[in-house]
Parts: sequence; C-alpha cells; structure tokens
Amino acid sequence: MSASLVIFFLLAALAVMAAISLIAQRHPIHSALSLIVVMVALAGLYLLMGAEFVAAVQIIVYGGAIMVLFIFVIMLLNAEAEERTNFSKLATYAGIPLALAIAGFIAAAIARSSGSLPAAEPSGALTSTKTLSMLLFSDFVYPFELTSFLILVAILGAIVLAQREN
Amino acid sequence: MSDFLTKYAFLIVPILKVVILVFIVLTVDAYLTWLERKVIAHIQARWGPHRVGPHGLLQPLADGVKFIFKEDPLPANVDKVAYFLAPFIALMLALTSLAVIPFGPQKFTIFGYETHVGIADVNISLLVLFAITALGVYGVALAGWASNNKYSLLGGLRSSAQMISYELTLTLSVVGVLLLAGDFSLRGIVEHQSAGKGVLSWYVFPQIIGFLCFYIAAIAETNRVPFDLPEAESELVAGFHTEYASMKFAMFFIAEYTSMITVSCLATILFFGGWLSPFPDSWTFTHYLPSALLIPFGLWVVFDGIRYENLFGRIMLPGVGSALAVIGFALIVFPTLNAIIQGPFWFLAKVFTFLFVYIWMRGTLPRFRYDQLMSFGWKFLLPVSIANVVLTSVVILWRMH
Repeated sequence: MSASLVIFFLLAALAVMAAISLIAQRHPIHSALSLIVVMVALAGLYLLMGAEFVAAVQIIVYGGAIMVLFIFVIMLLNAEAEERTNFSKLATYAGIPLALAIAGFIAAAIARSSGSLPAAEPSGALTSTKTLSMLLFSDFVYPFELTSFLILVAILGAIVLAQREN
Repeated sequence: MSDFLTKYAFLIVPILKVVILVFIVLTVDAYLTWLERKVIAHIQARWGPHRVGPHGLLQPLADGVKFIFKEDPLPANVDKVAYFLAPFIALMLALTSLAVIPFGPQKFTIFGYETHVGIADVNISLLVLFAITALGVYGVALAGWASNNKYSLLGGLRSSAQMISYELTLTLSVVGVLLLAGDFSLRGIVEHQSAGKGVLSWYVFPQIIGFLCFYIAAIAETNRVPFDLPEAESELVAGFHTEYASMKFAMFFIAEYTSMITVSCLATILFFGGWLSPFPDSWTFTHYLPSALLIPFGLWVVFDGIRYENLFGRIMLPGVGSALAVIGFALIVFPTLNAIIQGPFWFLAKVFTFLFVYIWMRGTLPRFRYDQLMSFGWKFLLPVSIANVVLTSVVILWRMH
C-alpha cells in the first residue's frame, strides 16, 4: 500500500467520522466544528489529487469565511443544545426505507462500474493556478460571469432585506 | 546507521527543522515579551523589568516557570471540549503558519537530502498562509464562547467580526504583489524582487498603497493595539481569555506573538525583498555589515557589563558581549560563513524592524472605538485596496502594450 493511499484512507475516514459527528452532536457549535473538520479533510483529499489551488481555496472560503459566519451567528443567537422530540411518524416510515434505497442505489452504481470507473489522475499541470485561471477567463468565461452576476444579485438582495426597516 | 539516515532523510530532516524552528520561535516569543515591556517602559519613562537577571534578561524564564506552576482552575459550566480545544487551535495554527516561510536563499544537503532554509517550500505558499490565517479565528472565537462569561463572549464576537472584516483587506492588498510577481510562491516573490538594484526593486515602491493596507489589516488580524478590541481591558476585563489561566493563557499569549512574527515575515517577503540586501549587488563591502554591527554592540555590552551593580551581571553581561564580538570577528575571518548568513541577516533585521514597529505602536496609539474600527475597515480600507488592485492591473496592461 502506497503512502498516498494510506493518507487517502486516513483523510476519508476523518471526513466520514466528522460528518457523522456533525449529525450526532446535539449542540450547534459542536456540529459546526465537525463541519470544519470535514472541510479541512476534503481540502486534504484535493491536495492528494494535485489540485493545490482548489485545496487552499476550499480552506480559505469554506473553512475560513463561511464557517466563521456560521459560528458567529450561532454565538450571536446564543443557540442552546437542541431538545430531543419523539421521532415523527413520517421519518420512521418514509425516511428509513428511502435512506436504505439511496444507499442501495449508490452501492449498486459503484459495484457495476468499479471495473470501468477511472481513478482521478493526480495531475499537477492540469490544475495549476495559471491553467485554472486561463480556462476560467477563456473557455468558461460565460458561466464564470453568470456566477458572479448571481452573487451580485444575492448581495443586493441581502442589502435590500437588511435595509427594509429604515 | 548512515543507510537508515539516507533512506529516511526525507522524514528526518523536516522533523529536525520543525524542532529547531519551534525552539527558536518560542525563545524569540519569550524575549519579544521582554523587549515589549522594556521598550514600552522606556517610552513611558519607566525602567521596565530589571530584577530578574541583569537588565531583567531572565524575566522570560521566570514568567515561563510561573506559567507552568500557577493554578489552573476550571470555571463553572464551561463547554469542556471547546474550552480545552481553543488554546490548542490558536497555538497550533500560529506555529503552523511559520512552516511555509522561507528564511534564506540557500539550499543545503543533509544526509543526501536537499533542502531549504525554511520548513516547506510549496508553490502556493501564500495561499497556504492565508488558509491557516483564515482558520486562526476559531481559537479566539471558541475561547470566548466556551468560557461561559459575557465578557469573554463579547471578546470572541468582536474578534470574529474584526477578523472577517480585515481578512478581506489583507487578501486584496496582496493581489497587487501577486500581479507584479505572477507567482504564489513566497520564494518566487522574493526572487522577482532581486533585480540587482537593491532597495529600488522591492515591491514596496510600486505597491506602497498595498503595503499600507496590508500592514494595517495585519495588525487588526493579530489583534494588536490599536485594534485590540477583543481584549480591551477597560471594557471587557481581558476579553476572550478572561477565564483562562496558567499554561492555557500562555498558549494564547504565545500564539499572539507567533502570529506577530509571521505577519512581520510576510510583510518582509512581500514588500521588502525578503532576504535580499537593500544595497546593489556590486557593493560587496556591505557584506561586512553584520560584523560591523556585532563587534561594537558586543564590546558595548562588555563595557556596560563590567560596571553592572551585582556580581551575576558583571559575569553574565561581559560573557554575552564577548560571545557576540567573537561571532562578529569569526564572520570576518571565515568569508564562506559570512556569505551564508547574509540572507538570514537581512531577513531577521527586517522582521525585527517590523516587530519593533508593533511595539512602538502599542506604546503610542490609543485604541479605536468599535464602530470606528468597523467603518474604517469596510468603508475606507477595503475600497482603497480594491482601487489598488484595479490601478495595478491597469498599469501592468498599459506597460504590456
């Protein structure tokens, strides 16, 4: 077993365990902390595939900016530990079979294509920052501009909502 | 044995470098507190620490012993996980961020393994540094929240809001340098500034606006005066670390000083040419500058030491002074050694200057009010740094055509 495979399994196990902990924790801050661990583990996986820029941006944007806002809001609202209620009937009778079905579908899809499923190439050249920005501003310029436009609209919407009272 | 060393050199050498760097950084942190207390004391016409050892030089050791042996009470109803995790997060991230800083130009080979002065040399080191800084806010925010104390919580909230606001400026102010250098690697950015003209090819001149924005934002990011609102003692007791004592408090303290060092290193690398000498390459006589500083300083310490008031000082100070002078003479006698230390000498000199400015500001400037801090960050600093990015891009485009 090569070193990168060992690191892959360590990071993947960390991500899965943190994701389970995210759901199982009862306090919102602990859930948010678990989510940060998931983000950092994912960044490690990107790094393993040679996508260094994406890995760094993953931590800066998700681990840094977005999760800090999550924690900030949770702290500001002083959210307490969640209270357990009795499970709703819908969750018991529809949720468990649906979850099993989705798990089954994914397992079947992976099992069927495992022979032909190509592993992602660890290609440093393809994902270097320069190549990425070249692609972003030439081949994918329309999706890129549309996304920025969408974000601008969302920012304006947030300002309008915040200013409504005045 | 040597086979083993050669085979696992890729593992052993980085671990050795990490141990050495952490040791050096912790020592520098300790003496930075001494320097800070001394300098502020002299700004305020006091003496500062002078009881423990000659000129208070052993004060950091006494502080360390005190930190270890102080009682460490656990406040009631704290969130235990977050309470214990917070100082570790703060310290770990602060120390980790130093891993990507290059301290000198040389490559050297140990056990057949080629390596740099600095721990990791990655080609996106600037982004890695920003990623670690982005995570740094959790230490302070969690400490404030977990302490179950309203002053701590307010400190934590202030700190998160402040760090989110100033991180934008911090990142944007560096874009100008990135556009000029076309490289994310800190080593690459320094090498782009070495045009042989010395100080004139540093990025601080084309990027003076970027540098000012960067330095202001960096002070806010490290929670230092005049932006130390998260621990404003007149309003919040001690802010986010009110409920922390003993070693856990020391960890926050070390984290703060380490991030000061990191930010000073970053300012040196991005805007002041890193390890490059400020003089043109042809001025070889400036290579004797380290000796020219060390020998008179060492002799002055000897001269000061022999008149010191107690016996311990009369032995210790001349010892230290003559050691410094001997190092200075050794650099003249061995030119190879002198060539090796040129890079680290300039790097450390610049970093020290920035650290001194930090302390100087603490002794000079009053604290911002909280709303002033926010409106300054969002309404002045951020637009200016965006304008700097636009201006730099336009100039680069104009030069290309």
